[in-house]
Amino acid sequence: MKITVKRGLDIKMKGVPNKIIAESNLSKSFAIKPSDFSNLTPKLLVKEGDSVKCGSPVFCDKYNDKVIFVSPASGVVDKIIRGEKRRILAVTINSDGKFTQKNTKAKDFSKLDREELKTDLLKSGLWPFLRMRPIDIIARPEDNPKSIFISSFDTNPLSPDYDFIMHNKSAEFNAGLELLNILTDGSVHLQIRKNSDEVFSNAKNVKTHLVKGPHPSGNVGVQMHEIDPINKGEVVWYINPQDVMILGRYSLTGAYDANKVISVGGENIDSPNYVKTISGSSIESILKGYKVIENSRFISGSPLTGKKVDKDGFLGFYHHQVSVLPEGNEYKFFLSEGWLSLGFNRFSASKSYPTWLMPKSKTYQFDTNLNGEERSFVVSGQYEKVFPFDIYPVQLLKSIVTNDIEKMENLGIYEVSPEDFALCEFVCTSKINVQEIVRNGLDLIYKECM
Amino acid sequence: MKFLRNIFDNAHKTLSSSEKTKKFFPLVDAFDTLMFTPNHVTKKGSHVRDAIDLKRTMMLVIIALIPCLLFGIYNTGYQHFRVLGELEVITFWEIFFKGALVVLPLVVVSYGAGLFVEFIFAIKNGHTVQEGFLVSGMLIPLCMPADVPLWMVAVATIFAVVIGKEVFGGTGMNILNVALTARAFLFFAHPTKMSGNEVWVTGFSELKGENYASLVSSANPEGVVDGSSGATALGDLASFMQDSPVLENTQAFQAKYSLMDSFLGFIPGSVGETSALMCLIGAALLLWTGIASWRVISSFFVGGFVMATILNLIGGNGYFELPAIHQLMLGGFMFGMVFMATDPVTAAHTNAGKFIYGFLGGFLGILIRMVNPAYPEGIMLAILIANVFAPLIDHMVIQNNINRRLKRLKTA
Repeated sequence: MKITVKRGLDIKMKGVPNKIIAESNLSKSFAIKPSDFSNLTPKLLVKEGDSVKCGSPVFCDKYNDKVIFVSPASGVVDKIIRGEKRRILAVTINSDGKFTQKNTKAKDFSKLDREELKTDLLKSGLWPFLRMRPIDIIARPEDNPKSIFISSFDTNPLSPDYDFIMHNKSAEFNAGLELLNILTDGSVHLQIRKNSDEVFSNAKNVKTHLVKGPHPSGNVGVQMHEIDPINKGEVVWYINPQDVMILGRYSLTGAYDANKVISVGGENIDSPNYVKTISGSSIESILKGYKVIENSRFISGSPLTGKKVDKDGFLGFYHHQVSVLPEGNEYKFFLSEGWLSLGFNRFSASKSYPTWLMPKSKTYQFDTNLNGEERSFVVSGQYEKVFPFDIYPVQLLKSIVTNDIEKMENLGIYEVSPEDFALCEFVCTSKINVQEIVRNGLDLIYKECM
Repeated sequence: MKFLRNIFDNAHKTLSSSEKTKKFFPLVDAFDTLMFTPNHVTKKGSHVRDAIDLKRTMMLVIIALIPCLLFGIYNTGYQHFRVLGELEVITFWEIFFKGALVVLPLVVVSYGAGLFVEFIFAIKNGHTVQEGFLVSGMLIPLCMPADVPLWMVAVATIFAVVIGKEVFGGTGMNILNVALTARAFLFFAHPTKMSGNEVWVTGFSELKGENYASLVSSANPEGVVDGSSGATALGDLASFMQDSPVLENTQAFQAKYSLMDSFLGFIPGSVGETSALMCLIGAALLLWTGIASWRVISSFFVGGFVMATILNLIGGNGYFELPAIHQLMLGGFMFGMVFMATDPVTAAHTNAGKFIYGFLGGFLGILIRMVNPAYPEGIMLAILIANVFAPLIDHMVIQNNINRRLKRLKTA
């Protein structure tokens, strides 16, 4: 199927990573953070001082103890960091640098049936890589998804280019796809772009779809909406292509090998490029080779959807990029660089700044300033321009704010996730935190209707 | 800029030092954020944000209103000297100065009264001042007759801001256009100052008194005939529907108010509404910057044109026979279309709904104006009606979307 996404916006940010893979310093410390998973209440399975191997369980889902979360490295549990009300924020592991595996036997997965495979993936700690829509949480093992989606490209600003990262990785990728095919009665959909690498264009056991258009065309939510929209009661799973490779490596070797290549971008580092690292690594280890300018914000993930981390923080479980942007904590005089400036160097999707008259190749400086204050919702038609769903975004948000579940369902909440609203949040004149509203709505639906 | 920054920082410090003065924070904050985009950084969600904010959006609308304001000032002076018959002997700057003397107080009173209410509500509710009134404050004087007493403007503005906006929760929550609420309030509460033949030209009622004859006699005698009327074009047109029309037929009307004069705006009317050309310049800026909805403006124009054409075809009297395009250049049609109907808060919010909403506004505006000549200001009433219907229109559009989704569920 060919899909053309018309409404959207490519954010032209300075600091796009060059296509060079730097070998990073191995992280000495790793973290597994329950906050990386929406709606998860963790139950600890280790104590401080316990020794762990790659693939050893660290905590599980309190309400479904089959879903476990495992250590990406071998070593000793260093700290269990707790926040308010003793909520677990992170479990950190001091690596011994050996990456000893808990399990070293490869299995012949083609002989397993679906239930056996599910049990195996759950035990190995690979299960959390599978996520589901609606709600956008870890897939529930009891579901039978109508299809599984993989987007082979990321359209977020400063995002990694999987065609580059996964070049020549067909064996691992196809091995992963084989497992996914066992998990669904429907198809595994792989969305590619024109000129995609052959790892994707020649992938086996998948239905490929050619996608064209600006961000968010790389979001699986948009792709599902076009290819196989989710109705009430239906479940679709999705997984990141690099995580498919982790499944593939497990299938080939039996090891929990959470190696990945991430993009490190942003204006505040000297030479943005790609870094080979391991899931849960410390940000410090990832940025060791870079010169970082003072007063920076470190983001695990994309500037649109990622999480703010401290410099001594850790890479998120689902994140494949780190962005370093200037903090915008300075006043801007209204005429020179503030709200009434001519703004030739300010990026705006609205036509009230001259961005739209500039050459398309121009890149812009971004900082984390809100560029205004939060206001009531005034301007209409703005979200619709960057929201390529057949859904009324503002009305859906209003139904969420008023906790009107029936209306949320009617207006299509089952099809969306916060990341699909990231651009709405970006362009919002009234600076409303749209993604948070959507997350709250999904949490309510999960509690009441699932 | 450091100097200015320090002043605000000190002001904030002084205010926050005592509980009593803390509540005046919105006052300083409003001016601070006017001069400086604050140093707030993103805390949740997207880490980077678009450069646009509500201040810029509102300011661009005000800039778009400036041509109308300047022409309104000139035309107010122009009409004044026209009835005096002194146009020949007076300079451009004298005309402009006379107009400014009348119009600027209206602007000052409108902003003063409105912002006063906004500040009181902000202090009372402990929130910052939102920018909504910046545009309303300019629209209110521009949709008033030049001769309206200042105290009425103040009362109408306070009524509109309190009853039209704040009771609903402030900026972004109102159902009716604030500026039109102010106008409608005066229209029904003080009709003698808002309609008829004597309020559109400043000083007209005084001139009509005893001194009038002596005032005009010194000037061009032709000015007496011309100056005898302070009525608007629509007022003259409405008289076609009565037993004794002011003018004999449509041709006589077209001779008095040529299409060109109506387009350029050298006719009596509310301060800012008379010039279609200036409205179009404003429209061009608003459409170019994407602030006004082209859907509303285009469908509003089409709606008005269709209705005017229908009545044109029916014919039968001098009013109905006026060509549609001339009809649309008169009264508040263009001004309402560009600046009032496009208010994003009170217009329909869905893209499909905007077409219906705009069409309804234009269609009803001409219908009310022409079929009920007691209300030549049909556009004001039509936009208010369309405002009331906008949520219903949106509801229909959204229900359509919901049904589409339900149908997919059934076939799946």
